[in-house]
Amino acid sequence: MALEKLQQDGFLTTRLDEVINWARKNSLWPMPMGISCCAIEMMATASPRFDISRFGSEVMRFTPRQCDVMIVAGTVTYKMAKVVRKIYDQMPDPKWVISMGACASSGGMFRSYSVVQGIDQFVPVDVFVAGCPPRPEALLNALITLQHKIENDRTLGKLFHGEQIHIPESSLS
Amino acid sequence: MTNDEIVAALKAAHPDSVVQVTDFRGDLAVTVRKSDIVKVATSVRDIPSLAFDLVIDVLGVDFNRPGDRFEVVYILYSTTHKRHLRLKVAVEEEHPAVPSVTSVWPGANWHERETFDMFGIRFEGHPDMRRLYMPEEFEYYPLRKDFPLLGIPDSLPLPRR
Repeated sequence: MALEKLQQDGFLTTRLDEVINWARKNSLWPMPMGISCCAIEMMATASPRFDISRFGSEVMRFTPRQCDVMIVAGTVTYKMAKVVRKIYDQMPDPKWVISMGACASSGGMFRSYSVVQGIDQFVPVDVFVAGCPPRPEALLNALITLQHKIENDRTLGKLFHGEQIHIPESSLS
Repeated sequence: MTNDEIVAALKAAHPDSVVQVTDFRGDLAVTVRKSDIVKVATSVRDIPSLAFDLVIDVLGVDFNRPGDRFEVVYILYSTTHKRHLRLKVAVEEEHPAVPSVTSVWPGANWHERETFDMFGIRFEGHPDMRRLYMPEEFEYYPLRKDFPLLGIPDSLPLPRR
């Protein structure tokens, strides 16, 4: 069989989706949207003790144009929401969002006029992390959860069968 | 210098301006006529025995009552005499406005902007009377007692999802 011949020559066969997703999920570059105290735990996650680079996410870039996953770590006020959204819009597709901590996920203890009661009101969130602040392990768990999500993504289906590819209006202008 | 001497010095300089004096456990508070606040502030800074050269905070109080609904409080400190003093001014509910003390203490600039932002009390003569915290297009004053804790729905726009 031709297939066996290929394997003897050092090739292996797989689905293209598997390869693409495997490459994507193991090299998630985070956009550290560190807005308040959760950011300290996010920094700890990058430290040698917790070592986020074990999961391929050590390259925190401070420009959204080089990032895959935005980690919103902190309290988002209405005034800040516009900034968060603008940065999210500047990230190239495909992109994901981790909502880290109680404040970003639900407003947390700030049940107040100035704080957005959950960032899912203005950006699509992939993983929510509970905690105030969540420990680095919790953030790592969120990252692993996101990796599983990407693993099962239908990347080619989206490309060839017209499944939605999200292009926000604001990034076109 | 004791509290009584501070009050005496103030009354000597502006006999008509002092409305009320309270001394609670050594913390002195002097209520002043609103129209005289800049005059009083200047003397409080310039009389050598007082020398309150530092404005720690300017804040508003909403008593939620008819008439003089609001109060503006100036918390002052003298770096030479190491003493505190509070000046108070009563403000009416309709078109609340107070003369600005930024000409006396430039440091009061942002304090007055914050008080304007939170209570809607305008400071006349302020060089830059804009909101400090809330977005410019916001129409309400959040620290007023009749403002709901969770805010007014849709008063602050969110980006479209």
